[in-house]
Amino acid sequence: MDRRDSLKSMFLGSLGTGLLLTGCDPNLGEKEVEIAKAAEDYFGRTPEELELIEKLQSEQFFREHEMDTLNVLCALILPANEEYGSATDAGVPEFLEFIVKDMPYLQTPIRGGLMWLDHTSNLEYDTEFKSTSEENQKAILDTIAFPDPEKPGWEQPVQLQFFSLMRNLTMTGYYTSEMGIKDLDYKGNQPNIWDGVPEEVLQKHGVSYDPEWIAKCVDQSQRGVTAEWDDDGNLLT
Amino acid sequence: MQIQESSKMYDVIIVGSGAGGGMATKVLADAGLKVAVVEAGPHFDPADPKQRTQLKWPYESPRRGASNRRPFGDFDSAYGGWEIEGEPYTQKDGTQFDWFRSRMLGGRTNHWGRISLRFGERDFKHKSYDGHGDDWPIGYEDVKPYYDKVDKLIGVFGTKENIENEPDGFFLPPPKPRLHELFYIKGARKSNIPVIPSRMSMLTKKINDDRGICFYCGQCSRACAVYADFSAGTCLIFPAQKNGGQVDLFVNAMVREVTTNDEGKATGVSYISKDDRKEYKLKGRIVVLAASACSSARILLNSKSAQHPNGLGNSSDMVGRYLHDSTGASRSAFIPDLMNRDTYNEDGVGGMHVYTPWWGDNKKLNFPRGYHIEVWGGLGMPSYGFGFNPNDLNRFFNQKVGGYGNSLRADIKKYYGSTIGMAGRGESIAMKDNYCEIDPTTVDEFGIPVLRFNYKWSEYEVNQAKHMNDTFEEIVHNIGGTMLQDAPSKESNYGLENPGRIIHEVGTTRMGSDPKTSVVNEFQQLHDVDNVFIVDAGPFVSQADKNPTWTILALSWRASDYIIEQLKQQNI
Ligand SMILES: Cc1cc2nc3c(=O)[nH]c(=O)nc-3n(C[C@H](O)[C@H](O)[C@H](O)COP(=O)(O)OP(=O)(O)OC[C@H]3O[C@@H](n4cnc5c(N)ncnc54)[C@H](O)[C@@H]3O)c2cc1C
Ligand code: SF4
Repeated sequence: MDRRDSLKSMFLGSLGTGLLLTGCDPNLGEKEVEIAKAAEDYFGRTPEELELIEKLQSEQFFREHEMDTLNVLCALILPANEEYGSATDAGVPEFLEFIVKDMPYLQTPIRGGLMWLDHTSNLEYDTEFKSTSEENQKAILDTIAFPDPEKPGWEQPVQLQFFSLMRNLTMTGYYTSEMGIKDLDYKGNQPNIWDGVPEEVLQKHGVSYDPEWIAKCVDQSQRGVTAEWDDDGNLLT
Repeated sequence: MQIQESSKMYDVIIVGSGAGGGMATKVLADAGLKVAVVEAGPHFDPADPKQRTQLKWPYESPRRGASNRRPFGDFDSAYGGWEIEGEPYTQKDGTQFDWFRSRMLGGRTNHWGRISLRFGERDFKHKSYDGHGDDWPIGYEDVKPYYDKVDKLIGVFGTKENIENEPDGFFLPPPKPRLHELFYIKGARKSNIPVIPSRMSMLTKKINDDRGICFYCGQCSRACAVYADFSAGTCLIFPAQKNGGQVDLFVNAMVREVTTNDEGKATGVSYISKDDRKEYKLKGRIVVLAASACSSARILLNSKSAQHPNGLGNSSDMVGRYLHDSTGASRSAFIPDLMNRDTYNEDGVGGMHVYTPWWGDNKKLNFPRGYHIEVWGGLGMPSYGFGFNPNDLNRFFNQKVGGYGNSLRADIKKYYGSTIGMAGRGESIAMKDNYCEIDPTTVDEFGIPVLRFNYKWSEYEVNQAKHMNDTFEEIVHNIGGTMLQDAPSKESNYGLENPGRIIHEVGTTRMGSDPKTSVVNEFQQLHDVDNVFIVDAGPFVSQADKNPTWTILALSWRASDYIIEQLKQQNI
């Protein structure tokens, strides 16, 4: 039996709980497929939470020029590569627009930091940050992108703190986007049967399963069989 | 204003629908009693598409799962948190107690960690063993049959290990360890610290037709839509209703007090409906409080009458006293051998697959009680915060930290899954001077006086936290890792969390055989009033180095059986 077939039989074993096989993915039961479907509207919000989200989404914090600058900046922090788009392509500026309204303490540091970029660019290159050449933009970023590792964050000069904040938000915005999750190659968040770390991974990291331990672990081919014990708590099924 | 009184007479009114209230509902309704469940929060069913958060992606939340609104993140199922708007609590004399409340059907069992441990023989008689605190009036042998029944009804995975004071049960088989857990095992064993499979209430195997089987999404904190993990709503209250039980659910109903008659006996409860903000009364022969340890104490203290001038059940002045929480300290570490990982789905169950039960001999240590260690790590799903400081770990290799551009992508992949965390969860000594009481100067938005906390740790808990940190460092050292934070100092109590933070608050209505020093008897019946019972963690005499919920469930079942028996004999 190959792995696919054995998974199939595991789920077949749980027919009693309504986990019927469906046409679309032979490994999954009906119930799992149904709950794996995308959100109806929102992700389980209470009416009050929904109201707050709608209110925040109806407001606009960043001005057009600031949005343009964020589009440029996010793509500098995480540009496209051969396979994936940039942080801007992944929608990070839109995420930033929401998050600063949801976490208002981020507003002034980011707005002020964007001003600092323009001011510095005006001084050095006689034009705003978004309009100067990529080479010039990078020259500015090089002065603020490498904090002194010996000093805690709050002791760094303010423009360095601004950049660290932008890097954090850009990276988190990217890796929580659909594109970023693919890029990371995160494989979970779906119904599956956990049956241990793949053998080649164990070998790569120089560890192995203790046979005595594994002998006590779940036999996934029996998961659908109702548990029964003897009087001493020994599992019989 | 007129208080609306229902004419229906219930056999039992249960206040609160979490672990304790859920179990009482199931047992009492199955016995054919007419039951009212009065719950302060809304109805909640994780299978309801409108409430479900399971299997959602981070980008389905505009804040990407951040924890600025829901305290454990946007996808966590708790409706509530450390602070609830309109429902304050206060602190006394500069002490600090943090109180986590959930307002929803099923209470905190919708999003709890599902670590399901029995207390052991010594845990019920710890004073006899070391002289601290008090013994319970009951022993392990009294509770064991109920633990057995809870195991079989609800389902818990684990293994028979025959370890002293860590009783085995009727276990489902556990899942295999994850990669970082194998490293933890390796590190701990090198120092002779035991590690065993976790004991948690997710169904790795079928137990009946009503509940689904775990499909390893790792998201139990979001509550399981196929009911494969334990929540009081999905596993106790819904089945009680389905079973044909006479259960009337009153949701969004905030109980103010237990009402009493001229003889001082309870006649029911009064509550405020959050829907229309009017007051209502329900009548019942028996009142069962299960609003959680502190909330039940609050209800008792607010139930003052001519017969009970000091609050209901409080002739001893003990209600609210002996409040205690588990201790907690945690650290995380970077394990270079876990770098550059191949990815695969290792979500597993929603929590750790292995843990360390207490192994030390306290007679040789400078603190009297033990702790267990919980472990986390792995290739988790990103959410808000993932990717912060993407290459900080470069400092361990004398490489540049910071920068921008495509190299950050490589940094993320290099370090993804290379950190582990450990948390110690220990037993504190219950003390009379740690308590909650009514704050006469503050009310909540329903006009109900609120709780004020007074709680200080002692040297014992601080010493224990130091031991936790030393242990974490040793384990990490054994596997070639580096701690990510400096060792916490004595001034910071060695990282000991504020009381309340571990969310295992117990002891506020403790049980005992002497009505002068305890609030309830061994069947959790008020000494002062025989038709009021408490089935949350209030009756705990001591906490043990275990999480409390499995014991709440077992004791609630035991108290419910006693209620049925007493009704049969017409004693109440
Ligand atoms: C994040 C988290 C993780 C946890 N992990 C674990 C774990 O792994 N293992 C473990 O054993 N324990 C764990 N716990 C603790 C566990 O959740 C509690 O011990 C358990 O839920 C307590 O059950 P309870 O019935 O006493 O109270 P709750 O579950 O809190 O239920 C009380 C209910 O009463 C309602 N209520 C309160 N006041 C009123 C009122 N005046 N009127 C009407 N209704 C009212 C509340 O709304 C609530 O629904 C965890 C808790 C949290 C928050
Ligand atoms: S890990 Fe298992 S029990 Fe927990 S929510 Fe996912 S499927 Fe349900």
